[in-house]
Amino acid sequence: MKKYKCIVCDFIYDEAVGIPDEGIPAGTKWEDIPDDWECPDCGTSKDDFEMVEV
Amino acid sequence: MSIVIIGTGMAGYSLAREIRKIDSEVPLVLITADNGYAYPKPALSNALIQGKQPEQIISADAATMAERLNAVIHTHTRVTTVDGDAHSLETDTAGTVHYDKLVLATGARPIRLPFKGDAADDLLSVNDIEEYTQFRTKIEKAERVAIIGPGLIGCEFANDLAVSGRAITLIGPDPYPISTLLPEAAGKALQQGLSDIGIKWQLGTVAESINHAENGYELTLANGDKVQADVMLSAIGLKPDVKLAEVTGLKTERGIVTDRFLATSQPDIYALGDCAEVEGQNLPFVMPLMIGARALAKTLTGTPSEVVYPAMPVTIKTPAHPIVVAPAPRGTEGGWEIEAATQGTKCLFKSADGTLLGFALTGEAVEEKAALLKAM
Repeated sequence: MKKYKCIVCDFIYDEAVGIPDEGIPAGTKWEDIPDDWECPDCGTSKDDFEMVEV
Repeated sequence: MSIVIIGTGMAGYSLAREIRKIDSEVPLVLITADNGYAYPKPALSNALIQGKQPEQIISADAATMAERLNAVIHTHTRVTTVDGDAHSLETDTAGTVHYDKLVLATGARPIRLPFKGDAADDLLSVNDIEEYTQFRTKIEKAERVAIIGPGLIGCEFANDLAVSGRAITLIGPDPYPISTLLPEAAGKALQQGLSDIGIKWQLGTVAESINHAENGYELTLANGDKVQADVMLSAIGLKPDVKLAEVTGLKTERGIVTDRFLATSQPDIYALGDCAEVEGQNLPFVMPLMIGARALAKTLTGTPSEVVYPAMPVTIKTPAHPIVVAPAPRGTEGGWEIEAATQGTKCLFKSADGTLLGFALTGEAVEEKAALLKAM
């Protein structure tokens, strides 16, 4: 399980946790999140995230 | 058909990216007065905690962006006039540029107050990567930093600089930090959190004069106190950059006046981001800019699309005491319900009939953001 961070606002997507409130169950891999998904904190697109070291 | 964007900040580049997702061919020209570096501006106020040098914040230079966006980017170029009838604009280095659709993404500039004293000109403000780079050089050896303006940016910088071991004093007339966005209970909770990491406060007062001292500077406050500092930062707010809009004869108020399609008062000229006032609202945050860029990209490529803002919580990067605030829509009436706990404060803004209109969460209460957004 990896973590990804929004380079704009530092929101962290943790695959282990998912975002159940947005319908993304715990354990959802980053690559399985749709390309039109947007950062819940700042609205930046998925391409603007970068991987953070676990 | 060609689209010209003035400005390569987050607004200009985000719009260009969104246009390219829809149309890979339409000629795209970006014009910027600076060097055209692409970087996330919010990263300026927490780069120290993230362990980043200024150059590590930059994601791409102008040449790289031009290639990625299949666009022409004129850097170090200022637009001097816009002729709306002729659909053309004049620049100082790139001659005349024609457009079919023009977008002003000129951003905002820090508000500067005049101060008395022989060192008033040494007060810094940081609103772009160039200013930030100079700031980082200046703070390298600084042990004491005075920040004028205990608002969002002032508090974020204070937290970042304090964690890196510097003694910080925040100065301003406000009764508590970030008083324009936060209810008192949340502001006081933030103040306590920042005090716990050593930040000092001079609230309810203003700096009157700024002078050179034997070591660094001395700020004399209206309450008679004196604050010593090696570096001084001004963070009292931003003002939309409407200079070009005014020269062009566009309607301006606080910002460049637009409708829900981001259209200004003249045909085929639009405004986006910190410079725009969309139906009376100037929202200098990332989320409204991204939503605006997506809608405008559709409008400019042939599908007129209104900007519709959902509830847009603002995350304030003060790790000493994190804050999330979702301001209630303008003009709505209600009152705050406060639940204070030791590890955080939950403030709910509700109408008379109990409808949740906005909230401010601090400390561990920020975890409740998603649940509250759902309830709104």
